[in-house]
Amino acid sequence: MSVQYKAGAKLVSTVCDGQILVLRVPAVPVDLRIGGAPVVLASAVGDKTAIDPALSGGIQTGKRYTDEAETMEFLCTKGGAGTISVDGTALGIKAAKALPSSD
Amino acid sequence: MNLFTLLEMAADAMGDRVAISHGEHDLTYAELLVAARRAAARVRAAGATRLAYLAVNGPAAPVALFGAALAGVPYVPVNYRLTDTEIAALLARIPGALLVSDTVAGAGAVAGITPAELLAAGAELAGDAPDDERGIAVELFTSGTTGAPKAAILRHDNLMSYILGSVDFMGAEADDASIVTVPPYHVAGISAVLSSVYAGRRMVQLPAFDPADWLALAARHRVSNGFLVPTMLQRIVEHLGDTRPDLPALRALAYGGGRMPPAIVERAMALLPQVDFTNAYGLTETSSTIALLDPDDHRAACAASDPALRARLGSVGRALPTVEIAIRDEAGVPLPAGAAGLVFVRGDQVAGEYHGLGSLLDGDGWFATRDRGWLDDAGYLFLDGRADDVIVRGGENISPGEIEAVLAEHPDVRDVAVVAVPDEQWGEGVGAAVVLCAGSAVSAEALQALVRARLRSSRVPQLVRFVDALPYNETGKLLRRVVREQLGG
Repeated sequence: MSVQYKAGAKLVSTVCDGQILVLRVPAVPVDLRIGGAPVVLASAVGDKTAIDPALSGGIQTGKRYTDEAETMEFLCTKGGAGTISVDGTALGIKAAKALPSSD
Repeated sequence: MNLFTLLEMAADAMGDRVAISHGEHDLTYAELLVAARRAAARVRAAGATRLAYLAVNGPAAPVALFGAALAGVPYVPVNYRLTDTEIAALLARIPGALLVSDTVAGAGAVAGITPAELLAAGAELAGDAPDDERGIAVELFTSGTTGAPKAAILRHDNLMSYILGSVDFMGAEADDASIVTVPPYHVAGISAVLSSVYAGRRMVQLPAFDPADWLALAARHRVSNGFLVPTMLQRIVEHLGDTRPDLPALRALAYGGGRMPPAIVERAMALLPQVDFTNAYGLTETSSTIALLDPDDHRAACAASDPALRARLGSVGRALPTVEIAIRDEAGVPLPAGAAGLVFVRGDQVAGEYHGLGSLLDGDGWFATRDRGWLDDAGYLFLDGRADDVIVRGGENISPGEIEAVLAEHPDVRDVAVVAVPDEQWGEGVGAAVVLCAGSAVSAEALQALVRARLRSSRVPQLVRFVDALPYNETGKLLRRVVREQLGG
């Protein structure tokens, strides 16, 4: 199920505790899932289904997830057992250079 | 996006960790979240369209920042050091605000509440923070050193971009603590709150800076981190003299917000050899830091014999990975490495926007900082004062920075400011206000000879005046306008 998302949208998993915040998405609909099941808006109530074992690597609070070409980016605001996937491909953690605290 | 997300994540993942220490009181992230929900409920109950804060730093400042975000109204910290007349003029520009203050009651279209009342038990605003596209998180009045204060606009997207791009969530150790002594109305006071909360680093608040108090509080709380404006670091170094402080937990100090003499940094590094020093360059309009001189850069510069590498101790470092910096000439043409011009910056954290003036970004998203500077071939940025401070002597542009740097190297010179002075022949000439070290004596002629030996003759100050101190505002910004007046400009 492909949906056009917008930056700032809060999405929740229907198979685990995972929650994500959309930071950047392409201007086309994508099939966005956590743990193999489509995500739903934080305000919606989804049908609880089973996690796909192939997409159960989990996500961690505070990590940013992106595709290989970095056309999209999601912030995990609550960790969960499911992996984020877009159009069938699992997303990876965005590597960020560690910076010294400047504040 | 909404800044409130940062606090929700912190409260969810580390609710029992202490977020704020103030005096004898501690507030955990879970408690900070509840306090922010109460503050948001008070904003809604008052029907306020802004939440203003006019007080010294305290727990109510972070509470107001996040409470305003949840309520969907801008947070407006106001400088409590301004005169009553100046404060009244600023409050007249924010009608409909709820004002948090223990010194100024509400007036006119502004309702009042004290910090204690803001923090008191009460109803909480439940639910999610609004996600208004381009919602305004903070309005900051600029210091107005050159004119009436402008109200800079920082949107949730700008500040979120800065935090997510530069801070690791829960990146701090559980016993880390950062001593916060920049006032809440300075952009560094805003970024200190956001960075500390997202990193999970306890904030130890010191409302009024004093070197002895800073050292005592840092020792008592086993502080690991801190941020200082240059005058604060200078005062700590002078307070210490030759005595190394006993601060075993202190690991990292960042400084920024104004020109920092390299000699002070070297002195601080010698007194605190275990501490990582970071120079942070940023502006209100860029959501704080855009370039960093990191601890490795500091050590490499101090150890270098190559003058070009050594000079980097006087640079503000390289652009953050999420930010681009470019140098352009007066006509807007990009300049190569080594050429001095105007500093431009681009990135999602760059707001570049003011009330009444709109966005000052150009069509490609670049913001003119009005700072002058140049990049070396490795991308290190060297600043050379404000564009407005350039001395135009007979059509020749003279930057005060290079003359100040030469004079500051004289062992008897403690501080120096170079400004334009009126000159009948050239229109403007070079004037220097010099503060000597205690007990030192040096002639104006000797200082003029020093400049003549190092720079072109047009750079030699025609007027050298010895003064007891230079005028700085409380966050370390040199008030050049005042120096110009003192020197007859």
